[in-house]
Amino acid sequence: MTGTDTHAATVTAAALALGDDALILSHRLGEWAGHAPVLEEEVALANIALDLLGQARILLSMAGDEDELAFLREERSFRNLQLVEQPNGDFAHTIARQLYFSVHQHELYAELARGEGPFAPLAAKAVKETAYHRDHAEQWTLRLGDGTDESHARMQAALEALWKYTGELFQPIEGVDGLDWAALEERWLAALTDVVERAGLTLPEGPRTGAWAAGSGRQGLHTESFGRMLAEMQHLHRSHPGASW
Amino acid sequence: MTADLGAQLAAAFDAAVAADERVEPRDWMPEQYRASLVRQMAQHAHSEIIGMQPEANWITRAPSLRRKAILMAKVQDEAGHGLYLYSAAETLGTSRDELLDKLHSGKQKYSSIFNYPTLTWADVGAIGWLVDGAAITNQVPICRCSYGPYARAMVRICKEESFHQRQGFELLMALSKGTEAQHAMAQDAVDRWWWPSLMMFGPPDDESAHSAQSMAWRIKRHSNDELRQRFVDIAVPQAESLGLTLPDPDLKWNEERGHHDFGAIDWAEFWDVLKGNGPCNEQRIGQRRRAHEEGAWVRDAAAAYAQKQAEQQAAKHAGQNEEARV
Repeated sequence: MTGTDTHAATVTAAALALGDDALILSHRLGEWAGHAPVLEEEVALANIALDLLGQARILLSMAGDEDELAFLREERSFRNLQLVEQPNGDFAHTIARQLYFSVHQHELYAELARGEGPFAPLAAKAVKETAYHRDHAEQWTLRLGDGTDESHARMQAALEALWKYTGELFQPIEGVDGLDWAALEERWLAALTDVVERAGLTLPEGPRTGAWAAGSGRQGLHTESFGRMLAEMQHLHRSHPGASW
Repeated sequence: MTADLGAQLAAAFDAAVAADERVEPRDWMPEQYRASLVRQMAQHAHSEIIGMQPEANWITRAPSLRRKAILMAKVQDEAGHGLYLYSAAETLGTSRDELLDKLHSGKQKYSSIFNYPTLTWADVGAIGWLVDGAAITNQVPICRCSYGPYARAMVRICKEESFHQRQGFELLMALSKGTEAQHAMAQDAVDRWWWPSLMMFGPPDDESAHSAQSMAWRIKRHSNDELRQRFVDIAVPQAESLGLTLPDPDLKWNEERGHHDFGAIDWAEFWDVLKGNGPCNEQRIGQRRRAHEEGAWVRDAAAAYAQKQAEQQAAKHAGQNEEARV
């Protein structure tokens, strides 16, 4: 492989990692349609899901054919974080997952947008969307954390339950160049600490090594619910090989 | 109010409506007019909300990312339409909470069409083409409804609905021109959704309880049967261009009338579905109630948080006033 080929391959791998994150989280949010606690959240959750799907389509298209990549890869070939594939759980779990991810994604894209790498154009667009996602998640963290005793308990439980998946957010992605991952993690932790404290909640203290080890999702090692999710997502497409829709 | 004044108000109202003037929230209106509008607008809003379910059923299984994005956007629009319509209904002195309670307890209805199941992907297209098509035929005249807030909500809604309808048509076109299996899927969906779509226009004119009064008040502009005929006349050539057939052996052009004749609707089925015995009535209302009940703690949290914020604001202002006095 020549140097240029190697570079192209790492960009493809990075586009897949970032694209899969957006694709899979979008799918999970899509599962909320018709089930949200209030109509405004039907709109908001679908809105965020659509933004993420838009990002996924651009990123997967950088790596190949978006539909082939979404519908014809098997579980072991997906590169998304284990965090984004976690089931929706109750509304607090969905918000905790969204908080952890969108603060990270917002910081990540803000930095990529400032650079000149292959992801800069996408990041420039996505950073505006992720700012909205982040605000939405932060506002709900405050409402749930500082709402009723029940909502406080549920939000704290959700933060604890998903904490272990957050280490993987800061495993460097090969092909995403010029990024200081340690600094990114520091900013993430500072932002998280701030919102969690304002919500009267406590930042979890347990390990952040994931179900197996940090970095597993990026290597195609996923959690059990993911295969079932893919079965549902891919079933129709796979039932009609070669068809266009 | 004296009898004289009442009669004067009623006469002024009738004259304004007859002159095609808009009635606005602060205007005097007959109680029956108000009640009739609340009933119709609530039912309309409920239909948007319940109508999210049959389509959302396919979001997680959409066969391409483009179709998935279109479907998500559509379901999101429906939630938005529900919000417009509840807001418009609130101008008549009711509240969204009250209306949702009535939906959940079965005291208010939603369109019977959403009690049919979406069994294949093609159903998403059939709903877009036929169900949204019927809805638009019904709703475009409501853009000129005598009640201003309802008319204005419909202008915004109809724009988005006609976009959805074109997307549904295009989805079916892709299937119809696709593989044999896809074509068969499209035909099967149209076969199942055609008659329920015709039922969306409501009972025949001679059995429609609210029609005459609604037309006199210009809430409604055309009779159920007129609109149904209009829809059939539009749909027939569209089916032809899709390369799909409509499941009605009696459907044919009537030169003399300048309209299509069509077969008899199964009104027994219509009334049965309306009474709650359709294929998905329990499932639809069950999911709606469950979403509402399971979301109660979230709404309670938001209310408690808002209350605390307001109290903190008030305490801060009180402190500032105190300082100012000192």
